[in-house]
Amino acid sequence: MDIATLVQILDSTLRLATPLLFACLAGLVSERAGIFDIGLEGKLLIAAFFSAAYAHYSGSAWVGLGVGVLASVVFALVHGVASITFRGNQLISGVAINFLAAGMTVVVAQSWFRQGGRTPSLPSEARFQRLDLPFAEALRDVPVLGPVYSQILSGHSLLVYLGLAMVPAVWYGLYRTRFGLRLRAVGENPAAVDTAGVSVVRLRYMAVIIAGVLCGIGGAYLATSLSAGFVKDMSAGRGFIALAAMIFAKWRPWHALGAVMLFGMLEAIANRFPNVDLGIIVLPGQFMAALPYILTVVILAGFVGRAIPPRAGGAPYVKER
Amino acid sequence: MSARAMPRWADVTLVPLISLILAFALSALVILAIGEDPVRATQLMVTGALGSTYGWGYTLYYTTNFLFTGLAVSIAFQARLFNIGGEGQAMLGGLGVALVALFIPWPNWWMAMIAALAASALAGAAWAAIPAWLQARRGSHIVITTIMFNFIAFSLLNYILSHVLRPPTSMDPATARFDSTLRLPRLADILEPFGIEFSRSGPANVTLFVALAACVLVWALLWRTRLGFEIRAFGESHPAAHYAGISGVRIIMVAMLISGALAGMMAVNSVMGGPQRLVMNAVEGAGFIGIAVALMGRSHPIGIIPAALLFGFLFQGGSELAIETRIPREMIVIIQALVIMFTGALDNMVRRPLEALFLAFRGRS
Repeated sequence: MDIATLVQILDSTLRLATPLLFACLAGLVSERAGIFDIGLEGKLLIAAFFSAAYAHYSGSAWVGLGVGVLASVVFALVHGVASITFRGNQLISGVAINFLAAGMTVVVAQSWFRQGGRTPSLPSEARFQRLDLPFAEALRDVPVLGPVYSQILSGHSLLVYLGLAMVPAVWYGLYRTRFGLRLRAVGENPAAVDTAGVSVVRLRYMAVIIAGVLCGIGGAYLATSLSAGFVKDMSAGRGFIALAAMIFAKWRPWHALGAVMLFGMLEAIANRFPNVDLGIIVLPGQFMAALPYILTVVILAGFVGRAIPPRAGGAPYVKER
Repeated sequence: MSARAMPRWADVTLVPLISLILAFALSALVILAIGEDPVRATQLMVTGALGSTYGWGYTLYYTTNFLFTGLAVSIAFQARLFNIGGEGQAMLGGLGVALVALFIPWPNWWMAMIAALAASALAGAAWAAIPAWLQARRGSHIVITTIMFNFIAFSLLNYILSHVLRPPTSMDPATARFDSTLRLPRLADILEPFGIEFSRSGPANVTLFVALAACVLVWALLWRTRLGFEIRAFGESHPAAHYAGISGVRIIMVAMLISGALAGMMAVNSVMGGPQRLVMNAVEGAGFIGIAVALMGRSHPIGIIPAALLFGFLFQGGSELAIETRIPREMIVIIQALVIMFTGALDNMVRRPLEALFLAFRGRS
């Protein structure tokens, strides 16, 4: 493998890791507040569709982003109503949300566009444009720094940089603010938060809405940056890979960045080489596709660094009377 | 209070029924919103799925799949385990069926079918065994591991079908056709001696009776054996089961192995009874529909039968709808999602007002 290929793979790693990053941070915030979220996939998908549809109608990627985020937040609120207000099973609610999105996107897309469950291709004005970082041209020929800065880091859509900025933002929010402290506490011991006079219900709704916004941006990125328009099932299991990355990162934001980069790179390698020749054995593409899931099972099994979820995760909070 | 606030009959019939009505009402709104007529859609679905023996042949074929996967999810639910891995377990079950059917020269269909049932059950159970063991011994959340195993199963099957079992002359990832002696008798063949005319095109076959027998067996296991009692006790309360000397590790393993085996056995219907070869999407989401069936059927084998029939009807009716109208097949995915949402996650939304109603009536009398 030469340098040019390596640069190319790292470049697409960053692009492919971005939707995972948004969804992973979304799951992280929600689960840190004690709400399991296996509906990340559905929220990505519904946001991808609505952002593509409205980017098509308005000709503006920003309008698309707004509507996509809105759709994702609506789905997040459904999850919130089911799992917070009605104390339903959060896992079942997540499953329902995934199917609802899978069905809705195709039915509505077929009704609006009549193209077999897809939106028309977006013209480049209706997508997020590639952004060149300052001095990218000037630094192009500097050894090492040149390829890393000008070719890998520069030249992505705005949402890629927004995603990277979300990592310190979520970290700061969770670990350096009062809101974050309470949010983490509500995922570990909601009764203690309640005793302190802080509303468990309100905090959990906040977490669910933040997760909705983040998934919404991730979905909009899929349809208006990574691709040019919506196609049926375009999230393609990314919500679940994000879930895997979240467990891999043990619910910590900076580690989440590392995990999604790893999984993004696996996808980039699988895209570039159908089979990976390691010299001794040839790994088929199918194995590369399954690797994130296999790694997650290994991590969950606790043989390599045990992953322990927030203690109150998945349990509805019932106030004592 | 929750257990006694409502009579049992209301709990098992009224609650699912109201949830179902809510799910259908919202689906009708979706159909209205996309500019179609829900009444006409319902009529088309009923005539398409139930109006002819051709329609029934498909409806009962899908019902057979959903009976198996619904039972699979139910028995795990009884032990308070959520097995989302039915899809992957059924894929592996299909592999078991294909291996038995392709590499052993069977003299007749019924011997092949018994072997295929055993192989698919074994393969499905094996695929459920790893998440079960990880849950029982290492405490890894079974919902996450079974989801991951669905994706791993997909990749594994994709590899085996495109590199190992694909005939050299063919391009698509699928096995060769099975020998024609392995064709399972369809309902038309079974009903002919009784003088009943039945369409020859509908793929419903003898596996339907195996699925119904499985319902009876699962019922007997859960309510008439010691093991079944232990599974239900463990599902009601882990600490209570522990104090009674029931081994949690054993119950998790046994419940998940039976669950995986049932999901795997679905493949006898969808591979041997249907296209007669193993294709990539042989499961067609039936593993997930099992979740909706189990929730609607209250995880009880008697409830599973009408719930599976309902989804069989929706599945076949949905395909007719896609042909006759502009409503795509995915409409039934929406209905499925709403049924899961209302009967599963929003259960309390239906239950609380009903309980209040019953209490009010009881207070007066």
